[in-house]
Amino acid sequence: MKKTLKRSNAPIFWALFGAGGMLSALLGPILVFITGLAVPLGMLLPADTMSYANMLTFAQNIIGKGFIFAIISLFLWHAAHRIFHSLHDVGIHAGIVAKLIFYGGAMVGTLITAYTLLAIGF
Amino acid sequence: MSENQRIIEIEVLRYNPETDKEPSRQVFEVPFTDDMSVLQGVQYIKDYLDGSLSFRWSCRMAICGSCGMMINGEPSLSCETFLRDYYPARVRVEALAHFPIEKDLVINMEGFIEKLESIQPYIIPKEERTLAQGEYLQTPAQLASYEQFSSCINCMLCYAACPQFGLNAEFIGPAAMALLHRYNIDSRDAGKAERMELVNSEEGVFNCTAVGYCSEVCPKHVDPANAVNQNKTNSAADYFLRFLTPKGGAK
Repeated sequence: MKKTLKRSNAPIFWALFGAGGMLSALLGPILVFITGLAVPLGMLLPADTMSYANMLTFAQNIIGKGFIFAIISLFLWHAAHRIFHSLHDVGIHAGIVAKLIFYGGAMVGTLITAYTLLAIGF
Repeated sequence: MSENQRIIEIEVLRYNPETDKEPSRQVFEVPFTDDMSVLQGVQYIKDYLDGSLSFRWSCRMAICGSCGMMINGEPSLSCETFLRDYYPARVRVEALAHFPIEKDLVINMEGFIEKLESIQPYIIPKEERTLAQGEYLQTPAQLASYEQFSSCINCMLCYAACPQFGLNAEFIGPAAMALLHRYNIDSRDAGKAERMELVNSEEGVFNCTAVGYCSEVCPKHVDPANAVNQNKTNSAADYFLRFLTPKGGAK
């Protein structure tokens, strides 16, 4: 069997998927706890932890920016890849259209995040 | 037959592509004893009930990999699966999933054989040694690194287990990837670059979605899922680093 083999471009999406999966596994639960439970219910953390002023300062800090960007963008790439492959698994082989919708969505989300983070300044 | 002989129902998937429109099921009542495997049950059917039933078998001891079947929906070697474990319920026997049926329980394995050939399942040495130069030496640690992956008996249970192979028969699949990995990590081999083309291709490792069922059903405890997923990392490294390496494997 010596047919011509075409190199798959999957590593790009797989790497983003893997990075997002790792991040969401490590940080997802604690982020849900902090933003969804601890702060709104006033448990453990000071009441003003997520106040506008605090969050703005966080987002203006270069490390804070990096953190927010990585969380939003990589979570999106992870989700896009997961949904794309799950559709395939349940028998919906939407191919290039689904790729454009999901990976395109992650790309748009990434660009909006980057733009917003830059727009709020340093 | 001994006195503790019982009767079990075996439901067999029958299909003759020359005369049947589609596969059908036929139920046989088979007397069995505690030591009888599903394979022996099927052999009883052929010997005493219906000689036209077709199936593959050879060694009867989980070495040859010929008698793989779907038993109650699970890919299994019928020689090491026992009727007593299903009694008094009926046991359902079908041809391996995801393969074209040649007749009854016999599948067409041509695609699999082509894949096996395509991975170049032999050592491609860095330089040929003459007989006078002696053997290619290897330490026990070097042997241990790939030994597990060399235990494959080509029974194809992992292909019947793999949902992604079921969706896309072009996927190189678990057993072939495990064997490819076995040669790539063999210290005596230098064929990795050639084989990586297959790993990196659209038929390659990225068809896998890490289900892991292939490793579960393997009767020889090979871990094909591990081989496939290690090669996702290898392939990703190859993809991104090819621009940096002086040889430039870019294609």
